[in-house]
Amino acid sequence: MTVLSSQTFPKITLIWLMLPLALVACSKKEQAVTASVSNGAAVSALTDDEKVLNVYNWSDYIAEDTVKNFEAKYGIKVNYDVFDSNELVETKMLSGSSGYDIVVPSSQFMERQVKAGVFAKLDKLLLPNLSNLDPTTVKQVAMYDPNNEHAVPYMWSTDGIGYNVDKVKQFAPDAPLDSWALIFDPKYAAKLKDCGISILDTASDIRSIVLLYLGKDPNSQSPEDLKLVEAQLMKIRPFVRKINSSQYIEDLANGDLCVAIGYNGDVLQARDRAFEAKNGINIAYVIPKEGSIVTIDTMVIPADAKHQKNAHLFMNYLMEPEVAAANSNKVNYANGNIASEKFLNESVKNDPAVYPTAEIKAKLTPELSIADEYNRLLTRTWTRFQTGK
Amino acid sequence: MSEPSSAQLTTSRRLRSGARGRMAVVAVPYLWLLLFFLIPFLIVLKISFSTTQLSMPPYQPLVQWTGEQLNQLRLNINPGNFLYLWQDGLYAQAFLNSIKVAAIATFITLLIGYPMAYAIARSSIKWRGVLMMMVILPFWTSFLLRVYAWIGILKNNGLLNNLLLWLGVIDEPLVILQTNFAVYLGIVYSYLPFMIMPLYATLEKMDLTLLEAANDLGCRPLRTFLTITVPLSMPGIVAGCMLVFIPAVGEFVIPSLLGPPDSLMIGKVLWTEFFNNRDWPVASAVAIALLLLLVIPIVLFQRAQARAAESE
Repeated sequence: MTVLSSQTFPKITLIWLMLPLALVACSKKEQAVTASVSNGAAVSALTDDEKVLNVYNWSDYIAEDTVKNFEAKYGIKVNYDVFDSNELVETKMLSGSSGYDIVVPSSQFMERQVKAGVFAKLDKLLLPNLSNLDPTTVKQVAMYDPNNEHAVPYMWSTDGIGYNVDKVKQFAPDAPLDSWALIFDPKYAAKLKDCGISILDTASDIRSIVLLYLGKDPNSQSPEDLKLVEAQLMKIRPFVRKINSSQYIEDLANGDLCVAIGYNGDVLQARDRAFEAKNGINIAYVIPKEGSIVTIDTMVIPADAKHQKNAHLFMNYLMEPEVAAANSNKVNYANGNIASEKFLNESVKNDPAVYPTAEIKAKLTPELSIADEYNRLLTRTWTRFQTGK
Repeated sequence: MSEPSSAQLTTSRRLRSGARGRMAVVAVPYLWLLLFFLIPFLIVLKISFSTTQLSMPPYQPLVQWTGEQLNQLRLNINPGNFLYLWQDGLYAQAFLNSIKVAAIATFITLLIGYPMAYAIARSSIKWRGVLMMMVILPFWTSFLLRVYAWIGILKNNGLLNNLLLWLGVIDEPLVILQTNFAVYLGIVYSYLPFMIMPLYATLEKMDLTLLEAANDLGCRPLRTFLTITVPLSMPGIVAGCMLVFIPAVGEFVIPSLLGPPDSLMIGKVLWTEFFNNRDWPVASAVAIALLLLLVIPIVLFQRAQARAAESE
């Protein structure tokens, strides 16, 4: 169901008024010609000849009916693919000819890819809904993409701890629930070993978090600091069951895990799944007091994308207040869309796990991109951590 | 000597065109190798001597024009990638571990596959087709899906654990998924048909009168099996083991889906180089080194075997 809001209604009337004109303009092609009104009256054909759009987004990162509604509204067939690691996306982008028209990398990866010249510059005339965005978020994205030329924020997430409330109480009653010590202090990790600890398979995130736990700069790229991180990680390695970035959602929901370092929305999805399954499992999410990192995922269009107009159209659609709100309501991730706030469920808007309080927000650091040399050291450290050798 | 008759001429012409036809037939597999092995190999070899840079593709071209004129070429050859493999113990360790896992898995596959192939080869002709069909049938489902299915079977509250709990065999779910056992299980399950097929082919062609003769001369069944059946099926055993061992060494999907996070296999190392380090040159160097260390000894071994078989 598409609800016509007061904002979209006049636009549609305008399309009907312009349709005869447009049909005269291109009588041969049966394009769906729509009009975009931005700064007066710039009119253009909004879709490509081929009504196809290839989207590459994170897994579990959109409401079920968003794509269906978009297809119905614009008559464009959407091929929707998902991934669960930034590294995979980067490799596909750098190889070129990925075939995708819209990709959603995290900003610290997007920064490198922009430098490599992978993405097309956005045509902002085709994105009138940019005005719905939160200027703070837009400014944050500009840290990675100067002048916001290539990327538009989609949603943002925090890293934190998802835990099984009753099991943690049972296995480690004395463990602090508001500190990274719950996982990084071997004293507590040892107790939680048998009910299961899972850690995100993302070297850069975990290294920032351990640095925060050790009271260091989370964006430090010094090899000495990295050694400290490794030493800390090795202490808890024997107690870690899984190092994975997507399986923990299901495992937490089923009670196969006790604690997981994960993204807020994923943990909350686990909470909701457990709630729906009525299996008595109670999942909570916390951003520890030492602070954590915040990641903005951004929508970009590869320079070699074949359906760039369709991609702009989809981007703009995702920035519709109702659509952005529906996505956040479903996946429990905060969007950077101010206009969507009034459509958000109260439970989502007021959930500090989704929209952190000002006090916690102050402790969140954006992750910066990493130099190649440091990256190699980091990956090597990560392999040693994974293998425990 | 008289002039060659017209009949002789046509025969020689026919022979010549026959030779040409044979050439054409032989050329097809060579062309195939050239297109799908040699050219990709050369591309990988080229990348392995390059250096990473942030661009698309993410490595420096080997040959670079530095100016407008033709003579201003620069060669960027970097042998450091291979040196790096040698200096960092990770690669040797991953390689040896992969060989170990593949060898154990191949051995188990042989132990399971041999009796199956033997039974199929000795069953009535009517049944053989059906049984072989059943061996091949799993290929109709995607490999990835079949490995995923094992996750559903092995996980803590999966099929197997629930069955065992229900039967009262165990009280606590067994941790099978994400262990080395699950990796062996996955490899043996996935590659079993590759073992059975060549074994079946040799066992089925075996001359059964030899067994009768041995029996008539008073040889015990076990001895007959060890001195006649096993040596005669040797080509099948070698072929089956190769077909299982070689892909198992580079296996990535099974250890990453079913294995523990600490299983270090060369496929995983390649993935890390490629995706996490974004270092295509080192990744290519790993691939080249793997090829040299693994495929060449195997090819030599097979040659020696073929020569030994000819001289017999």
